[in-house]
Amino acid sequence: MSGAANAFPQAISRLQAKTNGHHPGWLKGLRRAAFQWVSEQGFPTAKDEAWKYTRVAPILEIPFEPAEPDTSHRLSSGAIDQLAGDLGGTRLVFVNGYFAPGLSSLKSLPKGVKVRSLASVLAEDGDSLEPLLSRPFREQAHAFTALNAALAEDGAFVEIPPNTTIEEPIHLVFVSDTGATPHVSHPRSLVLAGAGSRATIVESYSGILGDVYLTNAVTEVVLDEGAAVEHYKVQNETETAFHVALLDVRQGRASRFKAHSVALGASIARHEVKVRLQAERAEITLNGLYMPRHEQHLDNPTTIEHAAPHCTSRELYKGVVDGRGRGVFDGRIVVRPGAMKTDASQTNKNLLLSESAQADTRPRLEIFADDVKCAHGAAVGQLDEQAIFYLRSRGIPEKAARGLLTYAFASEMLDLIRVEPLRCHVKKFVEWRLAAGGAEVAA
Amino acid sequence: MLDIKNLHVRVEGREILQGITLRVNAGEVHAIMGPNGSGKSTLAQVLAGREMYDVTGEVLYEGKDLLAMSPEERAVSGVFLAFQYPVEIPGVGNLYFLRTALNAVRKQRGLEELDAMDFLSLAKERMQLVEMDQSFMSRSVNEGFSGGEKKRNEIFQMAILEPRLAILDETDSGLDIDALRIVAAGVNALRAKDRAMVVITHYQRLLDYIVPDRVHVLANGRIVRSGDKDLALELEKHGYAAFEQHTAAPRAVGIAP
Repeated sequence: MSGAANAFPQAISRLQAKTNGHHPGWLKGLRRAAFQWVSEQGFPTAKDEAWKYTRVAPILEIPFEPAEPDTSHRLSSGAIDQLAGDLGGTRLVFVNGYFAPGLSSLKSLPKGVKVRSLASVLAEDGDSLEPLLSRPFREQAHAFTALNAALAEDGAFVEIPPNTTIEEPIHLVFVSDTGATPHVSHPRSLVLAGAGSRATIVESYSGILGDVYLTNAVTEVVLDEGAAVEHYKVQNETETAFHVALLDVRQGRASRFKAHSVALGASIARHEVKVRLQAERAEITLNGLYMPRHEQHLDNPTTIEHAAPHCTSRELYKGVVDGRGRGVFDGRIVVRPGAMKTDASQTNKNLLLSESAQADTRPRLEIFADDVKCAHGAAVGQLDEQAIFYLRSRGIPEKAARGLLTYAFASEMLDLIRVEPLRCHVKKFVEWRLAAGGAEVAA
Repeated sequence: MLDIKNLHVRVEGREILQGITLRVNAGEVHAIMGPNGSGKSTLAQVLAGREMYDVTGEVLYEGKDLLAMSPEERAVSGVFLAFQYPVEIPGVGNLYFLRTALNAVRKQRGLEELDAMDFLSLAKERMQLVEMDQSFMSRSVNEGFSGGEKKRNEIFQMAILEPRLAILDETDSGLDIDALRIVAAGVNALRAKDRAMVVITHYQRLLDYIVPDRVHVLANGRIVRSGDKDLALELEKHGYAAFEQHTAAPRAVGIAP
């Protein structure tokens, strides 16, 4: 590769010197190793099975500069409410990947709960984080997780002591405000849920209209025995931006994790979820809604690894694809030897709204154990013409009828959002989007 | 009110209706009876504006060219089809759907839109007409409804939308006798001198409850006989076979073997 096609890798190679700050020795080592990995292995290509559907070439053509901490302070708290919603509870805001205390609000939390910026944790007591922070890179490296390991400066750190319940959602807001120069940020977040704890985590990603930037995020969630975590991710980046993210989840015995992903924004987005059920009776629910339109490409690879017996996984992803958009669901379920009594089910449904819309759905079941239950189903279809006629025959104009049916298809996923202010916020965006397609939509 | 002249309808090269001529005046109830495959439901769908057909001939509704109107234009100007198979629409609330529909109709009639509260009281009142349970309102359109509930929901919608021309397509099919009585009572309550109804049915049974002014027999895409309500009784006795035999026409046109 050379020239424009290589602009981003070349820009990165100039970064190494800049990135060694006041980090502990192990972190410097990790960063060097990760950097080394990227220079040697390069970026994934279409031959890479896990990247089969997402071409990274358009990302590599842009010489992204490393994002700097926001000094302009253009964003107000009200602007954050508009972009990410006001959920009422504790909110950590990161601008260009750096903690912005002025925009954040720290409500009182139960004793022992830590919700703070990762940078501040690393500065004080970073050594205990070594095994955690290095793992996604060491265990499943690809260029973007390696880059995150090499270059992440900040992100959220949430630690919930055993048997502690946090009622209000913890809202992690990542906003890019990069201006004319393309920038890249590498938010790195860590959520540690102690045994028997309960919490709701919301991650919101957005940016400023017209900005070109890359968000390369890694979030890791670890659930100890009996912990229950509900996790929401709303990817509402501006449509000129790029978004690559990994949500890496490990679940202990009888823990319960529920993840909801809503992907609306970005020119190209790949939101990967990897879940490892590593002890008995863990339960995972993965829900996802993706709505590419125009030229958007939204890829949703998921891997659920049943590594222990008696675990349950439920997965439901829905795509609404309009214009020349492309939606991808690549759902891998692995049942390891010995993981008997696994109960897994996976469903993916896609609605194509235009002739040039495209949906790819790939269920991948790799079962190495006996006595397991694995069901999967996938569908790609269009709006039901009979239903459209029924609505029209009652006086509802065709465009409104189409909008109503499209909204109805998507609303199943929106109704699963249990955090009410978040549900309202996301519904508003989905309604706007469908209204932009010419439809009036149910309130 | 409705004036159908020499209506021919084809679908996929097959001629389903082979020249229907029918006039329905305001205040009248016409029954169209016929065996399966005679074209009854096609007629209903064509009148409501389903776009999958190749239609020639003329249909005037209140003097206007009905065939030139979109389904929604027909609906807002007062045409209503009670579907033989009402469509289930998961995720769209019955109440929201019907209020949207009513407001589209009211807009056309130059009336103010009804807000949610006013609509709710209207809905509650009209639901009694078909003895519908209020829990229906909070459910999605027809989703999980039994056959009888779906048909009652159609008549309920008709009661809300107050059409000028109502076409009831086999509203009796799949109903037990109690449900039939309820649905028929609902329909009868909506009979009015400025409203016309076309009741399509296979069986004479419905016409015991909804007594028509005129009865037409449709066989092989043609109206083969018209008469008053006694014609229905005659049909009940002798069946459709006699009509089908002497009107049998080539049914397949242009279909490759």
